[in-house]
Amino acid sequence: MNSLLQLNQIYKVFNEGTPDEKIAINHVNLSLNKGDFVTVIGSNGAGKSTLMNLISGKMFPDIGQVKVDSQDVTTMKEHKRSRLIGRVFQDPMAGTAPSMTIEENLAIAYSRASSRGLSRGVTKKRREFYIEKLESLHLGLENRLQAKVGLLSGGERQALSLLMATFTDPKILLLDEHTAALDPSRAELITNLTRDIVNETNLTTLMVTHNMQQALDLGNRLIMMDSGQIIFEANEEEKSKLTVEKLLEEFQRIRGSKMSSDRSVLV
Amino acid sequence: MFTAIFSSVEAGAIYALMALGVYLSFRILDFPDLTVDGSFVTGASVAAIMIVSGANPFIATMVALVAGFMAGCMTGLLHTKGGINPLLSGILMMIALYSINLRIMGKSNVPLLSEETVITKFSDFWTNLNIDQTIGSLFASIGLADYTPKTWGILLFMIILAFSIKGLIDAFLKTDIGLALRATGDNETMIRSFSANTDTLKVIGLGLSNALVAFAGALIAQYNGFSDVGMGIGMIIIGLASVIIGEAIFGAKNIVRATFAVIGGAIVYRIIVTLALRVEFLETGDMKLITAIIVVSALVVPKLVNQQKERQRKKKRLLESALRQNNSLEKSGEQLAAAKSDL
Repeated sequence: MNSLLQLNQIYKVFNEGTPDEKIAINHVNLSLNKGDFVTVIGSNGAGKSTLMNLISGKMFPDIGQVKVDSQDVTTMKEHKRSRLIGRVFQDPMAGTAPSMTIEENLAIAYSRASSRGLSRGVTKKRREFYIEKLESLHLGLENRLQAKVGLLSGGERQALSLLMATFTDPKILLLDEHTAALDPSRAELITNLTRDIVNETNLTTLMVTHNMQQALDLGNRLIMMDSGQIIFEANEEEKSKLTVEKLLEEFQRIRGSKMSSDRSVLV
Repeated sequence: MFTAIFSSVEAGAIYALMALGVYLSFRILDFPDLTVDGSFVTGASVAAIMIVSGANPFIATMVALVAGFMAGCMTGLLHTKGGINPLLSGILMMIALYSINLRIMGKSNVPLLSEETVITKFSDFWTNLNIDQTIGSLFASIGLADYTPKTWGILLFMIILAFSIKGLIDAFLKTDIGLALRATGDNETMIRSFSANTDTLKVIGLGLSNALVAFAGALIAQYNGFSDVGMGIGMIIIGLASVIIGEAIFGAKNIVRATFAVIGGAIVYRIIVTLALRVEFLETGDMKLITAIIVVSALVVPKLVNQQKERQRKKKRLLESALRQNNSLEKSGEQLAAAKSDL
């Protein structure tokens, strides 16, 4: 089985031993095959972001194992792991360096997979490559290579972040509600861009979203999280038949039954 | 007067190296590094003590630079590995360096007046070229003999040195490592997600910054003819003053422009201080106060100017819109009159 991302029995607890103790991730197993595009939905506090942070290396799990391309990366530091993992954040300001130019930002992304040395970041040859990539965004950014990224709009910055996260061909792409902070039309633009890029590069992708329609439109698999657990999973065939109503129903059914079982314990 | 300004430009060019170091930490890494007060003296004392013990002054200056690099790295390690707040790790290192500097020199002051230094070596070399006489006679022939400084050599040497270091910094900040360093000061989350070790970058950046500062310290000791344990007090403020004045006067649109502004700022700062000290009631001891006032005004004045401009712009806009309204009223009046006459 050629699984690019594998989570084995991941468990993470915050504030252990205090009254604020919270089990963020409760023995989660997940496996992504090459080319899988999995969308993750769930209510606030379900553990989606924690899951992302555990995969990217921003946090380490208390128990369990994270494997990327059969390599155990459970305790690998974030900056090392990010050679293998591309990431786009929710905040459009988070993925780019505002006081540096577009081409300098691209140069930083370009040297992600190699170790950085004293060679020039923006050479003639590399600039051609940047222009070619920027053209694929259809935002006219290829004509503004020397513009500081801080001058771009949120949508443009997020498009640039997406490009920067993907163009060095990482093993895994993590999208953390990357359209949530944008207005609807910009969000749609980024959604379409995401679909195009992932289709074209066949990247193995994990996308967290609040938007159920988006979760259904994109990707070939869907998982639903609640209280640190994966409570529902749909494979390609099942997902194609899902609608937002069915998803909500499913959510209600699982949560409802769970709540009633909780209540029965209390009674 | 002229010679006083001349020598302040000379010194300014040396202090520009220190200011470039401060620029690296303060602007590029966004790390207000107070180590500078200590590492400047470290550079001076290492160079002085080596020269006094008979070492080649060029080697002594290079060793001073390395010592500064290590001091900066220590501050970086305190911050990144020790998790100490940036300001505090700088202050701790500054205090520690005070004692270390005393240990290096063995006493609080090492005179270099009769020693062979980088400056004297270069002066000798320059004198042999006989350029000063040529320029001197040129000045004399146009009646400016009184305004001729003793030598142009030091100034030229320092300016060339400052600009070559500036060139190196510009080039470095465009390399892959340099870009990562700049991004570290700009957006740490982002650069970490692009496989850069921000801890290492900060340590390297602070090392380079303090290497430049110590290099300047070594040159100043040789220029002034002594190294003193107290010569670093307020150095960080002088560095900041240079950076801020430079940016206010010359702008900081990109790196090349910004580093140029830092050099310019360092020289302008020296000239301002020299002029201020010529004012009758001011004493040498007032220098730090003058510096503080210069920095405050360099920070506040541009803002006030902008506010004033904005206010004038608003006034103009208001006036214009009022005029437009008047015009349209008049026009409609004319139309009415025309309509009436048609009747």
